[in-house]
Parts: sequence; structure tokens; C-alpha cells
Amino acid sequence: MILPQASSVAANVDDLFNALLALCTLVVVGVFTVMIVFCVKYRRGTAAERTPPRQHLGVELTWTLVPFVLFMGIFGWSVHLWIKLRTPPKDAAPVYVVAKQWMWKVQHPGGQREIDQLHVPVGQPIRLMMTSQDVIHSFYVPAFRVKQDVLPDRYTQLWFTATKAGTYHLFCAEFCGTDHSRMRGRVVAMAAGDYARWLQAHAGVGLAAQGRALFRQLGCSGCHDPRAGVHAPDLDDLYGRTVPLADGSQALADERYLHDAILLPKKQIAAGYEPIMPSFEGRIGEEDVLALVAYLKTRGTQTENDDEHR
Amino acid sequence: MSTVERPAPPRSYLEEGFGLRSWLTTHDHKRIAILYGIGITAFFFLGGLAAALVRLELVTPAGDLVSAETYNKAFTFHGVVMVWFFLIPSIPATLGNFLLPLMIGARDVAFPRLNLFSWYLYIVGGLFTLACLLLGGIDTGWTFYTPFSTMFSNSHVMLAVVGVFIVGFSSIFTGLNFIVTVHTLRAPGMTWMRLPLFVWAMYAVALVMILATPVLAMTLSLIALERLFGVGIFDPALGGDPVLFQHFFWFYSHPAVYIMILPAMGVVSELITHGARRRIFGYQFMVWAIIGIAVVGFLVWGHHMFVAGQSMYASIVFSILSFIIAVPSAIKVFNWTATLYKGDISFDAPMLYALGFVGLFMLGGLTGLFLAATALDVNLTDTYFVVAHFHYIMVGGAVMAYLGGVHYWWPKITGRLYSEAWARFAAILMFFGFNLTFFPQYILGWEGMPRRYHEYLPQYQVWNVLSSAGATILGVSYLLPLLYLGWSLRRGARAGANPWDATGLEWQTPSPPPLHNFAQTPTVTEGPYAYRQ
Repeated sequence: MILPQASSVAANVDDLFNALLALCTLVVVGVFTVMIVFCVKYRRGTAAERTPPRQHLGVELTWTLVPFVLFMGIFGWSVHLWIKLRTPPKDAAPVYVVAKQWMWKVQHPGGQREIDQLHVPVGQPIRLMMTSQDVIHSFYVPAFRVKQDVLPDRYTQLWFTATKAGTYHLFCAEFCGTDHSRMRGRVVAMAAGDYARWLQAHAGVGLAAQGRALFRQLGCSGCHDPRAGVHAPDLDDLYGRTVPLADGSQALADERYLHDAILLPKKQIAAGYEPIMPSFEGRIGEEDVLALVAYLKTRGTQTENDDEHR
Repeated sequence: MSTVERPAPPRSYLEEGFGLRSWLTTHDHKRIAILYGIGITAFFFLGGLAAALVRLELVTPAGDLVSAETYNKAFTFHGVVMVWFFLIPSIPATLGNFLLPLMIGARDVAFPRLNLFSWYLYIVGGLFTLACLLLGGIDTGWTFYTPFSTMFSNSHVMLAVVGVFIVGFSSIFTGLNFIVTVHTLRAPGMTWMRLPLFVWAMYAVALVMILATPVLAMTLSLIALERLFGVGIFDPALGGDPVLFQHFFWFYSHPAVYIMILPAMGVVSELITHGARRRIFGYQFMVWAIIGIAVVGFLVWGHHMFVAGQSMYASIVFSILSFIIAVPSAIKVFNWTATLYKGDISFDAPMLYALGFVGLFMLGGLTGLFLAATALDVNLTDTYFVVAHFHYIMVGGAVMAYLGGVHYWWPKITGRLYSEAWARFAAILMFFGFNLTFFPQYILGWEGMPRRYHEYLPQYQVWNVLSSAGATILGVSYLLPLLYLGWSLRRGARAGANPWDATGLEWQTPSPPPLHNFAQTPTVTEGPYAYRQ
């Protein structure tokens, strides 16, 4: 059984694996051969010549430095690939994943929801924004050679580009309790056209639109609306900006910052504002937070065109 | 190495009292070593039973033999028991306790009472762990990852945590004892560069024990605080950070791997020099390799966390350090091989174990390179590749070396010989059984089978069946020594002081040694392994 190579990085990972495997095989065969030759030649009772060899500094240095140089070579190769594995391309499309004991819940920006399944288009880089509702899980697709732990109350990301249409296994790789081994699913990679049709067929209310509804429903707009009487930070164009904090430091307003600002508002207080925002920890789930974050990301120039502001 | 005048053989340490009381109140390092030996043997077979249950379940892809809950508890129990109640105390607390004073020409360790106290701590810790098992077990995995262990698991986490906490102090005290002993009780002429490599290994491992184990104790205390009192340290719902736990845990648990393998390297250096009847090749390089491994071992913990949410750059630093620590391991393998060159090699059981160790350690060490390479680790971590890798090091390596050492020093410890034919047979059977059990797991891991899976995809079955078949052979090969060594205790021929015609101070005193080891403190005039040539 050969593991399929179904992502843009799979072949690169396998090349490194095979190179290291060849190197190690060479070392194992070499050392074993020498050991066996010595064991046979110098076994008790043979007439081999046995004057004790002198200790050789040169020999020691050789077998210290040669492995060191080889290891550094493998390290360099690996780091090069590692940085690629960890850096999503700019045009990667976001998909949101919430893990919980023992299922994978997926939300697409267009409102399509899936459980234990993830549909992706072939050839398009996908960036998964993942969080967990309870314990630590790990999103693992062997055919793509990608894996990332999914942590509670924090976003981790994972990117890949599927290169072959097909259905691939998805595993939870971090032990997460009783049914850990059943926390499996599948990733369906589809040709771009099929994927567009699938999105169409499963379209729901868009994630940002869900977020906007929640924003009003939860009373966020009561303070954060520019016309509100309360002195609260302006959220337009917030995403991606650097925010000065009350303690003099600065924070980048990324997904994690927005997530924590909603659930743990006391953690990072924006400079010039009173820490009066209530925490929504326990009141809303991770999926709602995802929707709110998706909405906040669209606020700004685009919201000028929204009906609400016209 | 030295000569000791021996008048009529004095009473051996085994004849210094026969009642249970004489054993349970002994201050003699040799008797304490035996007490540890009994304890770790019992835990080894208990942990082995849990492993047998795991391998039986995995014969079929469906989870059909035991429930998922039972399966999770079985592998957790296996891990907790084998790591803390067998592997960590195995060589240091038995062979180390017995041999360290003998090898440096001392009458006992520096603090004999503390030595006995650490054995009692070991037993109390063990009782907590057994209580945990009897009351229903624990299902967190031996790694106790948070927030699962603190807020979500409904099993008896606290009992196991308390058990491990207590047994940790047993290794701290043993470490303290060894360090002071090596510093203060060496016989005249036993300079640092004349120490047998086993003593160097014990010294290095003692340093790691006293520096790393307190971190484990703190981490477990924090778990208790969070689980019992809801103090938010690791659970994000309480404002904590679960990845912080992993940093703390691996800061101890990676050095702990070296607590298991450094003593094994020490034992093997003794066995190979004796088997080849040669000085160790590159003694000074071997010493510095031991020190290097012990020091750098503290700086590589983050390689367990490449996909855990650690920063990309931190992972790069941990990766390069992990490659660097492979260099001293490579040096050791090359030097052992070179020690065979122009030797006068005999293949008695200890030598077979030692050669088996070198082979298995090499396969385990080299596969560590795959895991140190960040880009490969992404795919391999948390799969059976990791399981195979650390079993090659800890079972193929540490257990082979432990058993090799037990066979080599058995005549010294008991004063009896065992059946050499059976011993060789067991060593060879073990080597093949081990490879059949764990080599298929490398393949399973590369093909993506995650570890700790109660049920798995049918495509993985062939390798799992092979692995379970191997485990059966391995189990038999572990039971055999119990039988022929047990037989040797009663019926074995008497061993002389030095049945192997070996060098080393421990062979210059009767077997079994008298209470205070040497009739006269020996004087050392040359380095170790002075085999005639």
C-alpha cells in the first residue's frame, strides 16, 4: 500500500524522506558490515593479527565531523521545506474548523457547513483557521503530509493545495479521550467546476452576514457603533491594524486578537479606553466567535456600502 | 587494574541476615539493589500485561476485544508503569546501586539511609499507581496532556499523578546519592579519567535526575492545583495555556529519555570491552559524548511540539539542537564498533545482548533524525513512527542493555552461574521478536496510522498483525530469563570471584561480595578495561 501524494508539498516531503532514508540505510549497512567482519575475523581462536591499535585523534574527528556536516545538510533542507509548509500563500482561501470531542465541524465563508468532511477545490491554496471547543485535537491528512494541533481558545492555521481530485482520510492525531480513534473524517478534493457547483448547492447565510446579525443580537453595536453614547473602540478597518495597548505595548489585530477581545476582553486593553467590556466566555461558542470575526474582517471600507450605513 | 589481598572468604552480604526484617531495614547498597530489582521486575511484567492487551486489541481493525475506555486505560497504564516504575529506575537503581560503590572501590554509597528511603518512596509511589489501576485506572496517556487531564478526564488522574510525583523524589535522592558518592568515595588512584564508563554514565544520569525531575514535580503539582481547586494554569477556559504544560512536561520528559539511555550506554561499554577483551576505543571521546548528551539533552524538548502551536522559529532552533545531539550518539556507536577491531571476541550472552543493543539503538537513533527534521516530523509525529522510534531506544536499547547487564553481573550479585545456552537463545529470540514487533510500526507510521487508536482503518491490518505476532515472541523471550535465572538461584553452579576473567574492581572481591565490599580498600594504578594484549 503506497500513501497517495495529493498535495503540492507531498512530493517535496517524500523527496526529503527518501534522501534521508537512503543515507540512513547506507550508514546501517556500512556499520553492520564492519561489525560482522570484525566479529568473524576477530572471534576467539582465529589466528588474526591482534596488535592493539593506537588511538587515533584523526579517526575520532572524522567520525565526529562527517556526521555533523551531513546532519546540517539534512537540517538545512528540512528548514527550507518547513518554512514553506508553515507560510500560507497570500491568495489562500480561508475555511474555518471547530474541533470538539469527537467531531470536526467545518464552515466555509459562504455559509456552507459540514461535519467530519471538508470539500476543497483542486489547485487552490486553502488556509484552515482552526480552534477547539474542549481539549487539544490535531488535524491530520496523511495524503497531504500536513498536520496541525487544534487548541482550545486559540487559532492555529494549516494550509495546503490539493493537487489530485479524490477522497482522503482525515484523522485526529492528538489523543483527545474515549472516542479519539473515531474522530475521523474525509477530505474531498474536487475539480474547480465541481467545487463551485458544490458550494452553490450547499450555500447558506454567509459567515460574515451571520456575524453581522450576531453583532446586533448580542448588543455589540450598542457600544461599538460610532453613534453610540459609550466610549468604545471603533471597529472599522480594525483587522490587520496595529493597536496601541493601555500598557504601552502594541498588538496586531489578527484573528487571534479579535477572538480574545471578545472572550477575554481584559487580556489586551486598547489604549485610551476603560476596561468595561463584558466577557462573552461561556455565552457564545467558538462557531459564533468565528462568525463575528469574519464580520469584523469585512468592516471598514466595504461596510460603507452596507444597507445599514447608507 | 589493582590487586586486593584476600584471606579466607568473609561472609557474603546475602548471609548477613535472612529474615524479611533484615531486608526491609538494610542499609547495604547491594541489598537495596535487590529490593529495587524485585520491584521493577514486578512492574515490568504488569506493564507488559497492559501492552499485551493493547497488541491483542490491535490484531483486528475494529475495536472488538475491549471497549475504547479500557483500551485507553491499558496504554496509559503501560506507559506510566514502564516509564516511571521500570525504565527510569531500572539500570541506575539496580545495577547502579549494586555496582557503583564496587566499581570505585567504596564500602557503600555516601548516604545509605537515604538510599533505603528512596526505595520506600518508590514503593509508596508504586502503591498509589496500583491503587489507581484497581479503582478503575487513568485514561490520559502517560503524557497527561492538559486540558484533557485537568478538566475533562473522568478517570483517577490524581492517584496516578501523586504516584508519579512520589516516585520522582525516589530518583532525585538516588541521583543525589550517586553524585556525592562519585565525588567523595573513590578509592586511592581512581581518578576521573580512570572511571569505568558505567560510572561516568551513572554520574551523568544522576545530574540529569536531580536537575530535571523537580520540574516534573512542579508540573504535576500544577495539575493537581488546577484539577482539585480550579486554579487556571493550563485550561484556557480558566485563563491558562495548555501548551505551557507541554513545555513543562517535555522539559522533564525529554531529559528523562536520556535518564533511560545513558545508563544503557554505560552498561554496553562494559559488556563490549569484556566481550572483545579490548580497551574501549576512544575513552575520552566516550566520556565527553556522555557529558554532551546529558547537557544538550536539556535543550531539545521543543522537538516534541513542532505541530503543537509552537512558533516556527522556535521549532527551527529545537530542530538544529536535536540534530546536534545525534552527533555524540553516533560517536558512541562508532567507538563501540571500533572496540571490536583486533579484539579476541567471544559471544557469551552478555555480549549478544550488547551487540543487539548497538544494532537496535542505531535503528532507533537514526529514525530520530527523521523526527528531528521539522518538515518530516509534521507527517510523522503522533503516528506509529514515533511509537516505533522510542521503543527502539527504550526497549531495544535500554531493556536489552539492562538484561545484558543483569546477565553479566549475575554471578557477582548471586554467586551463581546460569545456563549459557538458554541465555544466548533468549538474547537472540529477543532481538528477532523485537524487530518483528516494532519494525512494522515504522511502516504504519509512514503510512499515517495515528498512535493511541483503539480502532483503525483495515488497510493497516497486515502490519498490525505482524507486530502483534512479534510481541508474542518478545513476551516469551522476556519470560525465559525469569525461568533460567530463577533456576540458577537455587541450582546454578557456584561462581568464583571473577568467572569472566574480567577487569574492574567489582571482580576483585568475592562473589557475592561481603557486606563492606572489600577486605581492604583497593588502590588503582591504571585506567579501566586493561585486558592483556
